[in-house]
Amino acid sequence: MLLDYTSGFHYVLALLPEVVLSAWGMVILVLGVSGKRDGAPGQELGWLALVGIAAAAIANGWLYSGVTEEGAAAMIAVDKFRLFANWIFLLGAAFCIVISLAYVARQKLQAGEYYALMLFATVGMMFMASARDLMIIFLGLELMSIGVYALAGFNRRDRRSAEAGLKYFLLGAFASGFLLFGIALVYGATGSTNIHSIAVAVQDGAVAGRLLVSGVALLAVGFAFKVSAVPFHMWTPDVYEGAPAPVTAFMAASVKAAAFVAFLRVFLVGLDGVYDQWWGVLWWIATATMVVGNVVALVQSSVKRMLAYSSVAHGGYLLVALVAANDAAAAGLLFYLLVYTVMNIGAFAIVVAVGNQSEGGSRIEDYRDFGWRKPVLGVFMTLFLLSLAGFPGTGGFMAKVFLLQGAMEARLWRLSVILVVTTVISYWYYLRVAWFMWMKKAPERKDEQNITPFATHVVLFAAAGLILLTGIFPGAALELALEAVEGLRYVAAGMGTGP
Amino acid sequence: MTDLLNSFGYEAWILHALVWGPVAGMLHVLAAPKDRAKHIAFRWSAVLFVVSLGLWWAFDPSGGFAFRSSVPWIRSWGAEYALGLDGISLFMVLLTTFMTPIAILGSFKYVQSRRRAFYALMLLLETGVVGVFLSMDLLLFYVFFELTLVPMYFIVGIWGGTRRIYAAVKFFIYTAVGSLLMLVAILYIYFSSGADSFAYDAFLAADLTLTEQLWLFAAFALAFGIKVPVFPFHTWLPDAHVEAPTPGSVILAAVLLKMGAYGFLRLLLPFFPHAVQHPTVVTVMMTLGVVGIIYAAWVAAVQPDAKKLVAYTSVAHMGFVVIGVFALTVNGLQGGLVVMISHGVSTGTLFLLLGMMYERRKTRLIQDFGGIARVAPFFATAFVITALASIGLPGTSGFVGEFLALLGAFETHATAAVIAALGVIFAAYYMLPMVQRILFNELSEPENRTFPDLSRREKVILTPLVALMIWIGVHPTPFLDRMGPSVDRVLERVEGARTGFASLTPELGVRLEGSIPESED
Repeated sequence: MLLDYTSGFHYVLALLPEVVLSAWGMVILVLGVSGKRDGAPGQELGWLALVGIAAAAIANGWLYSGVTEEGAAAMIAVDKFRLFANWIFLLGAAFCIVISLAYVARQKLQAGEYYALMLFATVGMMFMASARDLMIIFLGLELMSIGVYALAGFNRRDRRSAEAGLKYFLLGAFASGFLLFGIALVYGATGSTNIHSIAVAVQDGAVAGRLLVSGVALLAVGFAFKVSAVPFHMWTPDVYEGAPAPVTAFMAASVKAAAFVAFLRVFLVGLDGVYDQWWGVLWWIATATMVVGNVVALVQSSVKRMLAYSSVAHGGYLLVALVAANDAAAAGLLFYLLVYTVMNIGAFAIVVAVGNQSEGGSRIEDYRDFGWRKPVLGVFMTLFLLSLAGFPGTGGFMAKVFLLQGAMEARLWRLSVILVVTTVISYWYYLRVAWFMWMKKAPERKDEQNITPFATHVVLFAAAGLILLTGIFPGAALELALEAVEGLRYVAAGMGTGP
Repeated sequence: MTDLLNSFGYEAWILHALVWGPVAGMLHVLAAPKDRAKHIAFRWSAVLFVVSLGLWWAFDPSGGFAFRSSVPWIRSWGAEYALGLDGISLFMVLLTTFMTPIAILGSFKYVQSRRRAFYALMLLLETGVVGVFLSMDLLLFYVFFELTLVPMYFIVGIWGGTRRIYAAVKFFIYTAVGSLLMLVAILYIYFSSGADSFAYDAFLAADLTLTEQLWLFAAFALAFGIKVPVFPFHTWLPDAHVEAPTPGSVILAAVLLKMGAYGFLRLLLPFFPHAVQHPTVVTVMMTLGVVGIIYAAWVAAVQPDAKKLVAYTSVAHMGFVVIGVFALTVNGLQGGLVVMISHGVSTGTLFLLLGMMYERRKTRLIQDFGGIARVAPFFATAFVITALASIGLPGTSGFVGEFLALLGAFETHATAAVIAALGVIFAAYYMLPMVQRILFNELSEPENRTFPDLSRREKVILTPLVALMIWIGVHPTPFLDRMGPSVDRVLERVEGARTGFASLTPELGVRLEGSIPESED
């Protein structure tokens, strides 16, 4: 089907996944409010949210299976890049909702709001991936962020959660400010907020100068906040540690993925013409992020905090793809985000499970002997850690190779070497969890009860399966990712030159 | 024999069976009841060994890479699941399939806890190692190369001694540093070859300038040098050996170290022929090899812990491999290969014997023993033969390898060979006192009077090992015949580069006329 936007209905069709998910979120909100207040209907609402995600996935699949748009300059892109990213967001949201089920019920959180916020935040992410206009990106970013601010502070009875929410909100507001100001300056310089028009304007070389460069710098700062790149990462560890663990998983995986997808589209499509102006800065940010994230993660004694720094480090690896700025790197970024979302949520699911068993425990000591006490969870956690470390046989390895390929193609030798050297550093802290799990004796404890719900096990199985699949037979996913970036950087005919 | 093997399509399935058989065994072990795990693991590995023996006859040494097969693996990158076997990998594979059941059998008493996990990891390790030796695709090679780290990390870390975690992590990180840089180097060649393929032949065809070759050589040499280990990258080895459980030490010494030396022969020499002939590179590698031999021998001589002593002898032996390989002569390469096999067998056996001592006395300190020969004659016999093979006494496998390696080195680097030859004397200096203090001195400690001799299981383990050491020592021709042509091809490739860049022959698999070697015996 061809979307030519002759009728207003075409806009609805182009935004079908977002429309479905927003409507569903509202239904859940209403059901949550009309239900009882003691959290009893929590589980049902969670399952209902999953149905909404499934519906959105179907809509996404419909768009994927051959819906095309006329031209390539509309505010909303109907391209495979967006749809591939949507798969990642929907998968991430589904996983996070499942691992939240037991948590929400146990902490007696208000389920209606919780799941509705998660769906709305996901809608925001999907907008960010689809936007061909800086304003839409901003709208999506705010929709996502406001949902996640609330989620981070959702556990009101927990002071750390409230602190996390406030901290995230304050710094997030800053980031939004930077981003908005950047948009304004770029608009001032190029006369448009449309990414393609900007691309054409900067490609001619007609537009340059301080106004544009300042705008680009502010955009970069705004995005760097959202992907928690060094030195804009300060909020990350505290927020990740304080927020409820399932929400942390959501932030570390999906939110970061959404920010990267928008970052990529703005910089690689819109600002490709001024690559010379920004690549050096991103080079340094990527290096700093990889080094600081990995080095600081070495000394963390809380697994949640360690994973927070690890997610900073992964942000650094992903930034390498932006610096490389070629099709291989863009596809590598998508593939990496897919794998990263799965393995990170998997790891956080285990953190939730350990926390369930020893109240609130995310200290590394709580993992002593965990593997032998819970062999299934232990094996999964080991797999996720190996994947995060980028070990062969797991998706994390293939993703890293893909990123490296992009970097090598762009002849970024030094950045590639920095990437692998910092990867070696990361082995230490990932292995440390593994040795606590398998090689340390734990003191006797009595309160052994298995309260890891069946649904979490399903998510873990699915995540582990995906990690192994992308690690051993990555071919199919790779090709989808390559297909997704095909033509992405091509600025519409008549508006500029080819890639 | 060959016809018999071909009648059931041996050529078609053997390599795949050797790579994936252990994984099947691993799943079987995991599904089996705890008490039967060790028997199941042993049977799987023994069957795989018997099956792999067919390679001895089925492999035709003159024909380049045999049994090649490839299936597209990751199409968009051009990576393939490609396996192949030549005269170099033949022996490495046989060594692996031979030592794995022996190590498993040797662990029956040592490993008492968490047996299912242990045997599953042992079999997974076998898959990784065999995969390394058979891969004909660089990405696949890398995956297997790294895959071996995980099982070894857990074997050392869970079943090891008191400082096991330190040793396991050190082992893991050391080896990972090198191999990740190698990954960057592999990708560099992948892009500069322009073939969009990770296939071994495509990498051979890559046209690299001398500067590029030197940098890439450095990355590969670091990865393999740490694995071998070449002095000064050896410090992880004594720790890992001392802390590892007996079967872990056996596999580590017998097989894992060989992956590094194999990398020298399979990748380093053919890929960077100009770099390996660069005078500085040769000098550096020769020096490191010689220093490794001498230094390790001296350090070994003062070790109070017998296991640590043997660990250092590994470093010394691998020094002979290094000088043999970088001599870039037929004798040197063949000698290096025989040292690899011989060291695998003899050092593996020494670790088994030390494990048996530890099981009996719960100590490995040399001073706690003495006069064992009087109470345990069979044990003493095996120990003496193995120690002599390790020293390199004529008539044992050690002699053949070290002699050839020294001969080969002497042809091109006389000084290095002369100094390295001193290492053979030092070997006697550290090994014989240990033998004397353990086996012969006064039977002073009362616990040693009840030192039980070998059990039937232990005799079954040691007999084939001792027989192999003597066989190679007395009649090495069948071994040398099989590795000869493959070694020649590596050298042809290296020497082809001597005449200039234009004549680089991409097809290592194509054998030139009239280069059949005389076997050295």
